[in-house]
Amino acid sequence: MQTAICHVLVQEADFDLTAEVNALRAASPRTGAVVSFVGVVREWRELGGADTARLVLEHYPGMTERCIRDMVAEAMYRFDLLGAKVIHRVGALALGEQIVMVAVSAAHRHSAFQGGEFLMDWLKTQAPFWKKEVSAQGAQWVEASEHDDVALARWGFDVEHGVNRPLPT
Amino acid sequence: MKISVRYFASLREALGPGEDVHIEAAAPETVGELLAWLATQSTLHDATLKQGQAIRAASGQVMCTFDEPLRDGDEIAFFPPVTGG
Repeated sequence: MQTAICHVLVQEADFDLTAEVNALRAASPRTGAVVSFVGVVREWRELGGADTARLVLEHYPGMTERCIRDMVAEAMYRFDLLGAKVIHRVGALALGEQIVMVAVSAAHRHSAFQGGEFLMDWLKTQAPFWKKEVSAQGAQWVEASEHDDVALARWGFDVEHGVNRPLPT
Repeated sequence: MKISVRYFASLREALGPGEDVHIEAAAPETVGELLAWLATQSTLHDATLKQGQAIRAASGQVMCTFDEPLRDGDEIAFFPPVTGG
């Protein structure tokens, strides 16, 4: 059996989505669908000042990588994925820059769409990253959104206290 | 009991990246009790760790609840809810 692609990177450098998607596409002749998502630094509400706006991303080295690897393994199993690649950037990022990418491959589109969405929902609420918004007007930590917890709960995870506890089935 | 405490994001800005704590008498038995003990260590700790904001914890670099038992030599991290992605 072919070894599935399952890559996780946490890095300051930018990434090339096309190259990553091509690698997934080429990895298995069974690949019939590749779904990718890119999160981008956007203009925000309170601070404004787009000229100087940037995002600073902090993470918990070690825990971050392990946590994402675990969630990728879960996604591969749940959705019968053929490959998955997650890259999350850290450090200072300017408006419009890429923050994160999730790309997954599967035989059929349904698995690929679901796998990609599941990975992003998990990443938003479980991976130890923190965003700080910085502009000429000041800096502030981004507050977590309850919508993100609700999004993950759809997949059968109880996210109270930020802990992955599979719900009893 | 020796515990390596780590802080991230707003907690790190207030208290620094972390501290190695040695607790002899009446050592905390859970991660939640450790948090309560840390809050008694200075007015800054108290203000930062008890300001009513939601604080999350990890034990051994795995997310945990405040009921998680504390063991000698543990690495325990405290941080606000995560906001990556």
